[in-house]
Amino acid sequence: MDNKVITTWGKIKDSEIYFSFIKSPTAIVSSILLAIIFFCSFFVEFLTPYNPFDPSSLSLMDAFTPPSWTSEGQIEFLLGTDGQGRDMLSTILYGSRISLIVGFSAILFSLILGVTLGLTAGFFGGKYEMIVMRLTDVQLTVPSILMALLVDGIARGIISRELHDEMAIYVLIFAIGISEWPQFARVSRAATLVEKNKDYVSASTIIGVSNLAIMFKHILPNIMRPILVIGTIGLALAIIAEATLSFLGVGVPPTTPSLGTLIRLGNDFLFSGEWWITFFPAIFLVILAFSINLLGDWMRDTLNPKLKK
Amino acid sequence: MVMLVVAFVSFSLFNFVGDPINNMVGEETSDEERAELRDTLGLMDPIHVQFTRFIINASKGEFGISYQLRRPVSELIFERLPATIELVVISALIALISGTLLGVYTGIKRKGFFSDLILAVSLLGVSLPTFVIGILFIYLFAVILGILPSFGRGEVVDIGFWSTGFLTISGLKAIILPSVTLSLFQMTYIIRLVRAEMMEILQTDYIKFARARGINEKSINYKHALKNGLIPVITIAGINIGTLIAFSIITETVFQWPGMGFLFIQAVQFVDIPIMSAYLVFIAFVFVMINFIVDILYYFIDPRIRVKGDSASG
Amino acid sequence: MKYRYFTKILLAFLIAFAPTQTFAKTIKWSMQGDSLTLDPHAQNEGPTTQVSRQVYEALVTRGLDMKIGPQLATEWRTQGPNTWIFKLREDVKFSDGTPFTSEDVVFSILRAKQRTSDFKEYISTVSGVKAVNDYTVEITTSKPNPILLNQLSNIFIMSKKWSEKNFAVMAQNWDAGQETFSATNAMGTGPFKITLREPNTKTVFKRNKKWWGSMKDEKVTEIHLLPIKNAATRVAALLSGEIDVVTDAPVQDLARIKNSPAHKVESTAQMRTIFLGMDQGADKLRTGNTGDNPFKKKAVRQALYQAIDIEAIKKKVMRGLSEPAGIITFPGVNGYTEDLDKRLPYDVNAAKKLLADAGYPNGFEVELRCPNDRYVNDEAICTAVVGMLGKIGVKVSLFAQTKSKHFKELKDNQGDFYMLGWGVPTLDSHYVFHYLYESGASWNRVNFSNSEVDAAIRVMEGEVNLDKRNAAIANAWKIVKDDISYLPLHHQVISWAAKSDVNVPIRPNNEPLFRFASFD
Repeated sequence: MDNKVITTWGKIKDSEIYFSFIKSPTAIVSSILLAIIFFCSFFVEFLTPYNPFDPSSLSLMDAFTPPSWTSEGQIEFLLGTDGQGRDMLSTILYGSRISLIVGFSAILFSLILGVTLGLTAGFFGGKYEMIVMRLTDVQLTVPSILMALLVDGIARGIISRELHDEMAIYVLIFAIGISEWPQFARVSRAATLVEKNKDYVSASTIIGVSNLAIMFKHILPNIMRPILVIGTIGLALAIIAEATLSFLGVGVPPTTPSLGTLIRLGNDFLFSGEWWITFFPAIFLVILAFSINLLGDWMRDTLNPKLKK
Repeated sequence: MVMLVVAFVSFSLFNFVGDPINNMVGEETSDEERAELRDTLGLMDPIHVQFTRFIINASKGEFGISYQLRRPVSELIFERLPATIELVVISALIALISGTLLGVYTGIKRKGFFSDLILAVSLLGVSLPTFVIGILFIYLFAVILGILPSFGRGEVVDIGFWSTGFLTISGLKAIILPSVTLSLFQMTYIIRLVRAEMMEILQTDYIKFARARGINEKSINYKHALKNGLIPVITIAGINIGTLIAFSIITETVFQWPGMGFLFIQAVQFVDIPIMSAYLVFIAFVFVMINFIVDILYYFIDPRIRVKGDSASG
Repeated sequence: MKYRYFTKILLAFLIAFAPTQTFAKTIKWSMQGDSLTLDPHAQNEGPTTQVSRQVYEALVTRGLDMKIGPQLATEWRTQGPNTWIFKLREDVKFSDGTPFTSEDVVFSILRAKQRTSDFKEYISTVSGVKAVNDYTVEITTSKPNPILLNQLSNIFIMSKKWSEKNFAVMAQNWDAGQETFSATNAMGTGPFKITLREPNTKTVFKRNKKWWGSMKDEKVTEIHLLPIKNAATRVAALLSGEIDVVTDAPVQDLARIKNSPAHKVESTAQMRTIFLGMDQGADKLRTGNTGDNPFKKKAVRQALYQAIDIEAIKKKVMRGLSEPAGIITFPGVNGYTEDLDKRLPYDVNAAKKLLADAGYPNGFEVELRCPNDRYVNDEAICTAVVGMLGKIGVKVSLFAQTKSKHFKELKDNQGDFYMLGWGVPTLDSHYVFHYLYESGASWNRVNFSNSEVDAAIRVMEGEVNLDKRNAAIANAWKIVKDDISYLPLHHQVISWAAKSDVNVPIRPNNEPLFRFASFD
């Protein structure tokens, strides 16, 4: 390791990674797919004339229109409509935006929590470190989905129902985020332990650089790679966790459906011939998670030299 | 220690999340009646007295009465315990056996169409949410092909307090879809873990040395490498039993499997606090036991730990 | 080698179980919800009664033709305007072997009148019941009651001995979450007894060998009730043969089930009307934003009424299987006329105008409460209503939850705007007025109060002159219809789906009677 401060961007542009990216078709395909999904989800207002979240704009008589390429399909509803007359394509895109927002926020939350705890634990050591590490042990044994369900259950009990629908998305972010932080904590602690004993850290301490500055300016950049890998794989997990909770009916409210909610709602029409209501959200979710996982896999292989030949 | 913390959490859940009285009586109950009920339930006692009582009751398996089903929670949990255990054990076996086999295969044959295929499918497996797989299976096997049941446990036979689905055809058929669904996610993890371990171990000096000595390849792969590669698998398997129990919530919901997870998800939707707190304590107990067992297994499999002494604990 | 061993075991199993497979005469029955309690007096609710009906019997009962006929009583007569004498069957035994006598009838009717019973209002006019001898019972009413038989057909008779032995003398206090033996066990004189009860999972009914009657088909020996909440799973279970009969087949899947050669579907108009209630009693809506209660104004109620496109709901949500309703009662009920059942026209512009004239040109906000596992497509209907009302500016948020919570919270007076369905087991309009319109009635959650209607209800309860009585009913219907106290939606059409060789006759009250079930 060199002792220079390297910016994150510098690392990403690092030629070795760039080279391996260009060489890996899976990485390219998955990033392009993700870019399209991200773009469409976040700019859906400008891409479609429908707003599926506004019930007064819907017409029930449009309900159950099949996809446009079938004989009964209508060109204005490309992927058909659901049981309320919502355009499937725009509903999916709006839904995937909610899934993405929840996924990203949850990972960000656990990243900040985990890295802060991990860094400080590694840096200060002692009893504090022991407690944090024991906490990660305990947390790691409790499966994320169970943790999230519990948090959601408790939130339902505490928060009044009127508020719950508005709070649901924050509860969900917290519930998913709280279960992912130990990975980040472990990695950052390990890295901190390595860096702590290096000369430049001792030197900085002597010349009076504050602990905080050392941690965030010097140590943090060094653990960016593993954190990026964990974060990417964690994002896929978070998105799936969100979909699962919403499918179980304890996630986001049905008025602002995420992909999981859409699959749950469409599930009722599985046998009635209206396959598109559940099929499209499901396939979209799988493509999304699969692309993120592919990218994460590639990242791990590239950024983690240990597994390379 | 962990048990005590969990017990306290679930105790607080029981006492502070929502007014237990409000959950029990209707609107028309007068304030005096409420106070009286509060008194008979011992809710006026100091917190530590209440907590001690909670612990004592919990250790006896008493968690009060479900708000929703109006039956003792312990009864409900134990009624559904066999269903979940059978599902989880079968899934764990499927995941462990096929995961290890496929992992070893892909670890040894690093290049090759079949390995790549297994890996790609396993990545897809991680990306496919359990409930989507479940729906897919139901559609394919129950509706289109009509060969496997889509819900429930089929006929069960009571052996003492344990009701088992293993002794009837319909029970055996009923467990196939849910257990395969539940195991897929874990299987992919085990494949990847075993593969990584095998790859690493096959490059260690002592394997190279063994190879140089002319020990045949099969013996190296399965006797020497796999044995060492299994150590992390056991840890993971331990944690995974916990994960399987948690994920059984989803599988049980999709397949209407009458287990504890199904009970729990209904409790969460209903804010049925007694069931939730009982489930929490129960799961914590299972996890602590699993960690304990894993530690012991370690002790037997990895001689190094025997020297260092047991440092991990639940 | 091992594989072959496994096959052998499998084969052994197959042989061992093959006979039971071929001759198993168990009917596996599924619906979305379960009975709330086995205590026959604790909850007056559809599925709860459907389960109790297989185990318990009443003095009189409705047969397949829905006509009142004898059951535990063989004959009855009136003695003066307020006294009824019932002769009981003498050959009846409870499934535990104790003989059935008039003591049990007296005990059960008094039990149903207790404070904790959900039937206390139902038979509120019954003022006394006594045993004349072992097989004769005398029931007195506080005033002449022309519909007493209808009411008694839903009062199940329990064993006094059994109830005393098991501390179940009081009806289970369901609202207070009481746990009793009678809530998880059932012991009656009916054709079946319950041998296994796992709420929301499985209930096993076995033939009661001591039953006095005869089964239509002796091969029917066992009924398993397996509630499946999810519609798709329920249909999958039916199609794959794990379930024999579904008494609430999802409308969207009927075509798919009909396509299956091994299955059949039957539909009939159900004795149940679905409607929305608006609390007109509260000064301020709990979930509103205007600081007052818009529902107090008739124009607002009419605006909501005319904004609902019931034909669209019929076509898309109910797939044609519903009858749009103008009043909360249906053909076959005394007092129903086609004229009353006509709806105000669907007219969005008129609705907007009404709303603006009432002082809400920009609409208002309110929450709609719905059950999600009680009526046919209940949540989907509510979702559709939310969209339709949105078009006239009324911003409705939907709150759907499981039926037991929905009903309990409604009874606790927590709803501004809610969905409810009303069946009329007595087939007389009085039942509707008594529960939904009478001042302070238990299900009158719209807080409707009209002295003229209350007076008419008194007439319905005490008037033996049928012409006068019917005039009172007609007048009451006219008042409440003009007032738009509720928003009627439609009369439910129910569909039962079953395997082709399993016959469970469909009944308009959605209650299967498995003693009439048969196999081809």
